[in-house]
Amino acid sequence: MSADTWDLVASSIGPLLSGAVRGTIPLTLISFVIGLVLALVVALARLSRRRVVSGAARVYISLIRGTPLLVQLFIIFYALPSLGLVIDPFPSAVVAFSLNVGGYAAETIRAAILSVPKGQWEAAATIGLNHTLTLRRVVLPQAVRVAVPPLSNTFISLVKDTSLASTIMVTELLRKAQEIAAPTYEFMTLYSLAAVIYWLICLVLSTLQSRLERRLDRFVAH
Amino acid sequence: MTTSDATTPTDTRPLVEVHGLHKSFGGLHVLRGIDLGVDRGSVTVLIGPSGSGKTTLLRCLNSLEVPEAGTVRVDDVAIDFTRRPAAGDLRRLRATSGMVFQSHQLFPHRTALQNVTEGPLYAQRRPAAEVRAEATALLAKVGLADKADAYPHELSGGQQQRVGIARALALRPRLLLFDEPTSALDPETVGEVLAVMRDLAAEGWTMVVVTHEIRFARQVADHVVFMDGGVVVEEGRPDDVLGDPRHERTRRFLQRILDPL
Repeated sequence: MSADTWDLVASSIGPLLSGAVRGTIPLTLISFVIGLVLALVVALARLSRRRVVSGAARVYISLIRGTPLLVQLFIIFYALPSLGLVIDPFPSAVVAFSLNVGGYAAETIRAAILSVPKGQWEAAATIGLNHTLTLRRVVLPQAVRVAVPPLSNTFISLVKDTSLASTIMVTELLRKAQEIAAPTYEFMTLYSLAAVIYWLICLVLSTLQSRLERRLDRFVAH
Repeated sequence: MTTSDATTPTDTRPLVEVHGLHKSFGGLHVLRGIDLGVDRGSVTVLIGPSGSGKTTLLRCLNSLEVPEAGTVRVDDVAIDFTRRPAAGDLRRLRATSGMVFQSHQLFPHRTALQNVTEGPLYAQRRPAAEVRAEATALLAKVGLADKADAYPHELSGGQQQRVGIARALALRPRLLLFDEPTSALDPETVGEVLAVMRDLAAEGWTMVVVTHEIRFARQVADHVVFMDGGVVVEEGRPDDVLGDPRHERTRRFLQRILDPL
């Protein structure tokens, strides 16, 4: 590689990292947290005995999983304004990604809740815990252990999916790379650099995931 | 005495009364008109072949199973299951008893002590200091004072089951229900669990026990109920039912479990 290329790397690394720190990372974190809360609600709705409630949850999950994330993003940012609802780029992306995580993680959480043996619900009932306390104190803590590996996958996918936000003018990592690359035509350098930064973020997350899994396994026999 | 006999000294009725209980699972008619009485401070042992309905009967006493017909009364809580029972009534019935499960069903993510304090702290909302002290004493009572901070998977089967007993006692129940508490245990740990149960009986706890431990029934029970095919075939004092059964079905059952070969 030429000296010019190295200069370009040196001068773009700052803006790219700033795109990651101010765009990609907050977008991921905010969307994931909102998405998880939504997913828990949807999972519980899906498990509800009331047909209307579980049916609504089923439709929501089906819509989210059956349509492209990019299309969901476009509908929120480009189509909703025609209904008079104008949302800025960043919040639009948060809404789209939260709804998306909500749909996927809901199935994960539902399966994790169902993996807790029926006897645990019964034991909780016999010591007097009501439904909410049973979920909070007995079932969810055990479901978490089952849900963490698949939810980590969702999280890591989300980091990369946030690059789609570049299409609705959110200044995140990929968008920064595009902006720097366009006038210089150094696409290979800039996109590779962006890829490396995505990869490093995911490496950190994978490490955190293994640590969390080990921590959650401490009360389980091996 | 930790039981609540003192609360209603004038009440001479049995603590538990069951009349005309019916329960089906799908097309399977598991309980076909059960009547049962359990005196205060007595130990009732339910025996019978698997599928006879004894566990289902036990689970109707705390409404883990909701019968289709019949009445269940435990102390001052009575439910007529001919009508659809209110959720509050089921909760009040359940609160009268503590239960020990065949497969212990301890909470795996909580220590032995936390398993015992869970109900009193979070369901009964009693003061933490008092609950902790009582739970510690209960673990000592079942011989596990040194295991308070152990997680269930770090305990042997017999120890897990003894924590399960302490967890039930911590609720200060009026009735103790045991669902085959030793069936899932290694033979060498059965004794330690039965010994704890024998001590509880001697303290005057009212207990209903589903078990195949005929020797335990003989030594500890005040009343033995033999069930088969969803009905009570025969009941009475252990010496009579176990020693000199009147019914052929009881005789054959006892023969099979006392001399399996």
